[in-house]
Amino acid sequence: MTAQTTSITQLSADDLTAPPLSLWQLAWLRFRRHKLAVFGCVTLVLLLLYSFGGAFVRTEAYANFNDTSRRLEPPSSEHLFGTDSIGRDILARTIYGGQISLFIGFVAVFIETILGILVGALAGYYGGKLDAFLMRIAEALLSIPTILLLLVMAKFFGGKIPEIHIAGRTFSGSVIVIIAIIGATSWMYLARIVRAEFLSLKENEFILAARATGTSNFQIIFYHILPNTFAPIIVSSTLSVANAILAEAYISFLGLGVQPPTATWGNMLESSAKYLDSAPWLWFFPGMLILLTVLSINFIGDGMRDALDPRSRAI
Amino acid sequence: MTSLLQVSGLRTRFHTPEGIVHAVNGISFHVNEGETVAVVGESGCGKSVSMMSLLGLIPTPPGEIVSGTAVFRGNDLFKKSEKELEDTRGREIAMIFQDPMTSLNPVLTVERQLIESLRVHLGFTKEQAQTRAVELLEQVGIPDAKRRVKDYPHQFSGGMRQRVMIAMSLSCAPSLLIADEPTTALDVTIQAQIVELVTRIRDSLHTAVIWITHDLGVVAGIADRVIVMYAGFIVEEANVDDLYDSPGHPYTVSLLAALPRVDRRRDQRLKSIPGAPPNMLIEPRGCPFAPRCEFALEKCRQKNPLLTQVGPNHTAACWVNPKTGALR
Amino acid sequence: MFQFILKRLAQGVVLLLIVSITLFLLMMEVGDPIATMGGRTVTRPSDRERLTRQLGLDKPIAVQYLYWLAGNDWTQIDTDGDGIPDKSGTRLGILRGDFGKSLVTKKPVTEMIAERIPNTLILMLASEVVTIFFALIFGIYSALKQYSTLDNILTTLLFVGYSMPIFFISLMSMYLFFILFKKWGLPYLPTVGMFDPEVGKTPLQVLWHMILPVMSLSVIYFAAYSRYIRGTMLEVLSQDYIRTAKSKGLPRRQVVYVHALKNAALPIVTVVGLDLPFLLGGAVVTERIFAWPGMGRLFLDHLSRADVSVVMGSLMLVAGAVVVFQILTDIVYAWLDPRIRYT
Repeated sequence: MTAQTTSITQLSADDLTAPPLSLWQLAWLRFRRHKLAVFGCVTLVLLLLYSFGGAFVRTEAYANFNDTSRRLEPPSSEHLFGTDSIGRDILARTIYGGQISLFIGFVAVFIETILGILVGALAGYYGGKLDAFLMRIAEALLSIPTILLLLVMAKFFGGKIPEIHIAGRTFSGSVIVIIAIIGATSWMYLARIVRAEFLSLKENEFILAARATGTSNFQIIFYHILPNTFAPIIVSSTLSVANAILAEAYISFLGLGVQPPTATWGNMLESSAKYLDSAPWLWFFPGMLILLTVLSINFIGDGMRDALDPRSRAI
Repeated sequence: MTSLLQVSGLRTRFHTPEGIVHAVNGISFHVNEGETVAVVGESGCGKSVSMMSLLGLIPTPPGEIVSGTAVFRGNDLFKKSEKELEDTRGREIAMIFQDPMTSLNPVLTVERQLIESLRVHLGFTKEQAQTRAVELLEQVGIPDAKRRVKDYPHQFSGGMRQRVMIAMSLSCAPSLLIADEPTTALDVTIQAQIVELVTRIRDSLHTAVIWITHDLGVVAGIADRVIVMYAGFIVEEANVDDLYDSPGHPYTVSLLAALPRVDRRRDQRLKSIPGAPPNMLIEPRGCPFAPRCEFALEKCRQKNPLLTQVGPNHTAACWVNPKTGALR
Repeated sequence: MFQFILKRLAQGVVLLLIVSITLFLLMMEVGDPIATMGGRTVTRPSDRERLTRQLGLDKPIAVQYLYWLAGNDWTQIDTDGDGIPDKSGTRLGILRGDFGKSLVTKKPVTEMIAERIPNTLILMLASEVVTIFFALIFGIYSALKQYSTLDNILTTLLFVGYSMPIFFISLMSMYLFFILFKKWGLPYLPTVGMFDPEVGKTPLQVLWHMILPVMSLSVIYFAAYSRYIRGTMLEVLSQDYIRTAKSKGLPRRQVVYVHALKNAALPIVTVVGLDLPFLLGGAVVTERIFAWPGMGRLFLDHLSRADVSVVMGSLMLVAGAVVVFQILTDIVYAWLDPRIRYT
C-alpha cells in the first residue's frame, strides 16, 4: 500500500508526523525531482564518455596528425566534424580537447575550493587582523575583472612550465599554468561564503561546548564547523566548474591559454573566427561542446541549490 | 440577525512537490453582522488558509480552491473577478496579520501605507487622506500621530506597528475584520492592549470580527461564538459559554485541559494532547483526531463524523459524547 | 554619512595600493619590454643596457614601483650608465595623473585611454541599458507568472544564455546576420569595426556596427540579470507586506510596482552599481571578435607586447572605478532604504 491510499486512521500517532529524513536524503529526493538537473547529469556523463571513452576509438596521434592536403574539409563520412586549417580531424581533436577542458575545469575548481575553504575558515574563525588581511586580498582580486587578471597571469607564467609527459602522452605545461591561475583567481566568492558560515556557526553552543572541553582549534575548524558548511560549498563549487571551463575557453580563445599541439575546446576556436564563412564547422562543434558542458553543469548546480537550500527545507 | 458571510463546503489544497496538502476539507460556517467569531485550532489546522481563501490571498498555484461558496452580502466571493475582489478587500473585508514586524512594507512611510486604501477605495484626495491618516493613528492610540505618520515601520515598536496595522485595516470602516492571530507575536502586556483596542473599535464601527487564534484564553474575552478546527475540518461550533461549559468534541476538551487557569487546583497538572497533528499530505478517511483521541472507537477510524447538533446553537463532529464516553 | 564616506575612501586607497603592488609585481614578467621598445634590432648588449636604463628597469623593483606611483621628477637619474645621476626625472607618477608613456606608440597612456574609453562605453553602456530594460520586463513578468509554461520555457532558455560562451554567440550571430543574410539577399549587419571607412565615423554607422556586439553581450548579461531580478522579485513577492498590500484591496499594478518593486529595487540597484565600473574594462573577447577599438582591445594588444604602462594604466583605472562605485552604491542604498543610516 502506498502512502496515498493508506487511510490516516490506520496509522499510529508516530506515523503521522513527517518521516525523519536526513538532510542528504531530503536533498537527494529534491534533486531527483529537478528535471533539468537530471538532464544535466545525463548530459555530463555523456560528455565525459565522449571525451574519455572516445580515446579508445581515436588515438591521440590521429588527433594530432595533420594532412595539409586535406585542409578545411567540410564534415564528411570520413571526418564527421570536418578538418581544421592544417588538415587535422576535428572530431578526434574535440575528444582530446574535451579531456583537457574538463580536466582543467575540475582540477581548477578543486584548487579553488581548497583555497576558498582555507581562507574563509581562517578568516571567519580567527577574525581580527588575519580576517582583515585575507579579506583585503580577496577584495583586491575582486576589483579587477577576472578575465583581465587571468590574461595578465597567463602571460606572467606563460612558457615557464616545461612540457609534461604522463603515460606516454605529452601535455603542454600551459595546462598546469591555466589550472593554477583559474584556481588562484576564483576562490574569493567561496571564501566569502565559507567565512560568513564560520562567523555564524562559531557562536553556536556546540562549538562553545567543544571549546570548553579543550578541543583544538584545528579540530574545531575541520571536524566541528566545516562539515556544517558543506551544502553551500558544494553548490558554489559545482557552479564554479562551469565558470572554470568558460574561463579556460576564453583565455585559450585569446591565444594565451593552453598551447598547441595540446588541444582544448577553447584553443580549437582560437583562429576559427577567420574561417567564419568558409569553415563554420571549425568553431561550431567545439563551441557547441563547451555550451553543452557549461549548461549541464549549471543545471546540476541549480538542482543542488534547490535541493540544499535551507530556506526550502520545510516540506 | 442577518448573516453577513455564509461559507459552505470550502475546500482548499496545495500542490507541493511532496504531494497534495489538504489544508481545508469542506468547512461551512457563517458570521452575522457585528458578531465576533473566534476560530481556534493548532498551527497548521487550516484556520488561516481558510480565511485567506475567502479573500483570494492564497497564491495559486500552488494553492487551489477546489470547491465551496462564500456568500458575502449576497454575492459569492469565489465568483468575483479579481477586480471585484480588489474592491471588496480592504473596503468591505479587512485583514490584520500575525507578525507586525513583517506585515508592513519597510520602505514606505506609515502615511503612504495608510492613505493608499483611502484613495483607492474612498476616492480621497491626497490631502484628505493625509488628514484622515493622522486621525486614524490617533484613534488607535499612537501618541504624537502628526509627526509619527511620516515615520517608517522600523521606527515603531511591535505593539505600535500592530496598532498601525489595525488603523490601516479599519480605515475604510469594513463590515468584516479578519484578525489572523494578531497578538501571537506580541508581549503579553501588549496583547491585552491590542485585544482591547480591537474590541473598542469593533463596538464603535459595528464591525463583525473573525478572530483566528490558537489561544482559547483570548477567546473568552472577545468572542460571541467559537469555531474549533482540526486538520482542515470544523470539529465544533458553539457559543463561547456553551463551549467552555460543555465541550462537545474530545479535541476541544483537550484544548481546554491544556489551558492554564487561575482556579485550577495546584495538584492538577496541565494536560498536553498526546501525538502530533496529522500529516496533511494524506487525504483523511475516518475522523482525523482519532489517532490522538482517548475515546476513539472502531467506528471513528472508518467514518468521519459530520457536524451534528449537540445542543442549542451547538454542533460537534464526534460519534462520542466526551462527557460520558458513550455513542451519541 | 560624511564620516562613513571618508572611512570608505581611506579603505579604498589602501585597497588600491595592494592592487597596484600585486599587479606591478606581475608586470615584471609579462614579456620583454626592451624588444617592444626597440623592435627586432636590439641585439647588441650595449643597446639593451641603454634601453634598460632608459626604462628604469635597472633599478630595484621597489624603486621602479615608487617612480611609477609618485614619479621621479624629484630625483636625479643616471642615463649614461656611469653611476652618476645626471638628469632630472620627468615622470610625475600615477598619483599625479601621469600614467606613463606607451612603449609602442610613445604617446601618454592617459591620451590613449581617453581615445578608447568612449568606444568602450558606447558599446558597454548600450549593452547594459538594453540588458536591464529587457531583464526588468522579463524578470518581473516571470516572477509574477511563476510556474506558467512561458516562465518555464524562458527560465530554461535563460540557462542557455547564462552558459553561452560569448565567442560562440558572437560567431553564431555573425554567421546568421552577416553571412546567411548576405547569401539570402537580405540587408545584413556589419561584423567588423565601428564604422565603414568609406563612409566615415558617423553616428548612424557606429549604431549600425554596434548591433551585433551589443546583441551578443546583451544575451549573456540578460541571462544573468533576469535570473537575479526574477529571484529577487519572487523573494519580495513572498513577503508578508505584499500579502498585506493585497489584503488592502490595492490594484495589482500598485502592489507589484510600488510595494514589490520598491523593495526589489534595493538589491537590483546594488548589483548594477557594483557591475558598472567593470564596464570600463571593456569586453576583451567581444571587442576582439568584432574588431571593436575599445579598452579590451587596448589591454590585449599592449599586454601581448609587454607595454606595462598601458596595461597597468587600464587595470588601475578599472580598480579605481570599482572602489568609487562601491562607495556610490552604498550611498544610493542608504538613500533608498530608510532602515539604513550610516553614522
